[in-house]
Amino acid sequence: MLLSIKNLHASINGKEILKGIDLDVNQGEVHAIMGPNGTGKSTLASVIAGREVFDVTSGEVIYKGRNLLKLAVEERAREGIFLGFQYPVEIPGVSITNFMRTAVNEVRKYKGLDPLGGGAFLKLMEEKKKLVELTSNLANRSVNEGFSGGEKKKNEIFQMAMLEPTLAILDETDSGLDIDALRVVANGVNKLRTKDNAFMVITHYQRLLDYIVPDFVHVLFEGKIVKSGTKELALELEEKGYDWIRKEQRDNGIAG
Amino acid sequence: MQGGLKQNITKELFSGLYREYRASIMAGDYPALTAQRENAIRRFEESGFPTTKLESWKNTDLKESFAREYNVVLKPEQGVDAQKVFRCNIPHLDTAIMGQLNGWYVSKDVPLMELGNGIIMGSLAEAIKKYPALVEAHLGKYTSSRTDSNTNFNADSFTDLNTAYFQDGVFIYVPDNVKSPKPVQIINVIHHDENLFLQSRNLIVLGKNSRLSLVHCDDSYNHQPSFSNVVTEIYLGENSSLDHYKLQNLNNTSTLISTVYFQMEAFSNLKSHYISLNGGLLRNNIRLRFNGPQGNANIYGIYLMDSKQHIDNQVFIDHAFPDCTSGELFKGILDEHSSGVFNGHVLVERNAVRTNAYQSNRNILLTETAKVNSKPFLEIYNDDVKCSHGSTTGQLDQDAMYYLRQRGIGEDSARMLLMYAYADEVISKIDIEPLKYRIEDMVKKRLQGELQICEACVLHCSTPEHPMEFVIDMTKI
Ligand SMILES: Nc1ncnc2c1ncn2[C@@H]1O[C@H](COP(=O)(O)OP(=O)(O)OP(=O)(O)O)[C@@H](O)[C@H]1O
Ligand SMILES: [Mg+2]
Repeated sequence: MLLSIKNLHASINGKEILKGIDLDVNQGEVHAIMGPNGTGKSTLASVIAGREVFDVTSGEVIYKGRNLLKLAVEERAREGIFLGFQYPVEIPGVSITNFMRTAVNEVRKYKGLDPLGGGAFLKLMEEKKKLVELTSNLANRSVNEGFSGGEKKKNEIFQMAMLEPTLAILDETDSGLDIDALRVVANGVNKLRTKDNAFMVITHYQRLLDYIVPDFVHVLFEGKIVKSGTKELALELEEKGYDWIRKEQRDNGIAG
Repeated sequence: MQGGLKQNITKELFSGLYREYRASIMAGDYPALTAQRENAIRRFEESGFPTTKLESWKNTDLKESFAREYNVVLKPEQGVDAQKVFRCNIPHLDTAIMGQLNGWYVSKDVPLMELGNGIIMGSLAEAIKKYPALVEAHLGKYTSSRTDSNTNFNADSFTDLNTAYFQDGVFIYVPDNVKSPKPVQIINVIHHDENLFLQSRNLIVLGKNSRLSLVHCDDSYNHQPSFSNVVTEIYLGENSSLDHYKLQNLNNTSTLISTVYFQMEAFSNLKSHYISLNGGLLRNNIRLRFNGPQGNANIYGIYLMDSKQHIDNQVFIDHAFPDCTSGELFKGILDEHSSGVFNGHVLVERNAVRTNAYQSNRNILLTETAKVNSKPFLEIYNDDVKCSHGSTTGQLDQDAMYYLRQRGIGEDSARMLLMYAYADEVISKIDIEPLKYRIEDMVKKRLQGELQICEACVLHCSTPEHPMEFVIDMTKI
């Protein structure tokens, strides 16, 4: 098992957002996470990534057999956890090239590998840029600064390609993409899929799942995973919306 | 004087020394200079040293600097090995180097050089003797504050004291229509076994349609306390252009009061860069006057302070003529217990229509104990202007930190990247490429806490056998 989340509770400023999440992810799997706005999907992603503003109040997260919650953000990243941000941050003055070179080499250092020299690094960059059809012009600019919504998302996938994570969490990477960009992003993900890594894809749209076919689909509702199924569940949600889930929850609540 | 008793810095001391050494101070003067000195010492005796009671000194307290004892130097040191003190190793930067040791011009060959193209450069003391008319036309002509009554800048007693006492400094003259082929580099090194109080004076004159790049470095070579009161007058003749760099890398017990007066004639162009890497107490007085229409001035500042260092940038720009443009961008990073002051004042006079002016001061405070006092200020007397000013103080962007760390970049490196990116907005304005790379390197070293005061001064390096290497290679690829 790559990732095992048990009864995870997390809150921010005393407000509980995650109310007991259970989720297991194996290598080679793709998990889609769906659910209405504001139910905690991004919070779950942040807690796995290690964002310090969230307090984990109970539960555990085991990653590669280790207690993930003990590791700092950068250690988790070096252990192969990648988060494609729903809202990528603009960093004026830091070029994508310098950013990625620093990141790649810090990860390599952690793994006991020699840093990539300028030439080797540039070669790697060219290769990965092609994978996501990123223009050179974009790569020379400051990280996300002035990028369009779609460019920001492509840039996330480019970074993922550069870092080759073991567990990639993509938070609404499909939002704001045009049809061509969606295909490019999905192709990028599919090319990076191996039997050794895993993906958690947070999305609102079943359309993405036509391209990235998930092994499991989960519905996150008010801080809990209330339903899990296969890709057919996504189709059902697309068709019926979330009302029936709400109703089911209400009924369960009454029943319980 | 040299090697004399250490003394506390008081008005009475300078008043007394002046009377005592009057004859030797004035030995080389032309008559008008003597008159200027006499007036200046009288004004100084009236005003004394500034205290925090004055608006423009409210946030910079000289008490600690004054509490130390100094030797007041009135004669140059003998037997200085200039070659040893000034060794330059900026790769690919070919400059004409002018050395100053403890305020005195150090000549390698002759104290004053006349180049084939008519450029004169060397010792100001020598220029006063050799070209009195040329010096007289400019020296002391731009230092009187015309706007004392209606601004928060008081007539500066430090300039008066300097005028009364100065013995030497650097003189550069670029004749009309001459474009200096190489950047000129003034390296002002403080290196002495005792505490020094020194006052040097520089005069730089650009003729009509001339052009000059000037790199002006203030360095210390050891950790001995010093107090420098340096006044520089820069005249930009009609349609001339000056690219000016001021680099400050002094030790933590040094006090530097640097006052630069820019007098800008019609159509002249100035780019000035203040790069303050280290210093105990640094006060940069920048006073600029547009003395004709269509002038253009951009002043950039970056300061990186830590421990108990203090920096104070005071910029006064007088838009006295129409159609001039001025811009100020000062950015600082303040760590530990350091403190900063920014006081920008743009005065737009009644007839200065179509003035374009902006002022911006931004600060990052890395600790809760660092502080900054920023006051950009516009004073406008006509309606036909475009002016803006702003000031921000904050911390490093936490969202950006998280983003960088999520990619595996450690906290220290992430902080470095962000600080460097922040500083780079100013550094990228440097036009001389080799100089830019060198300063980028120095800023990286400074941010990593590796910049040495004594071994690697700003632009030249007395230990060139240590090449610089950076953990994070952020050079453009
Ligand atoms: N920094 C924060 N401070 C306070 N509340 C927060 C913070 N971050 C998230 N929340 C709250 O936590 C809840 C869950 O937010 P989250 O971003 O995880 O939702 P989501 O499922 O990703 O929604 P969406 O589909 O709109 O992206 C929301 O009510 C949100 O307002
Ligand atoms: Mg979200």
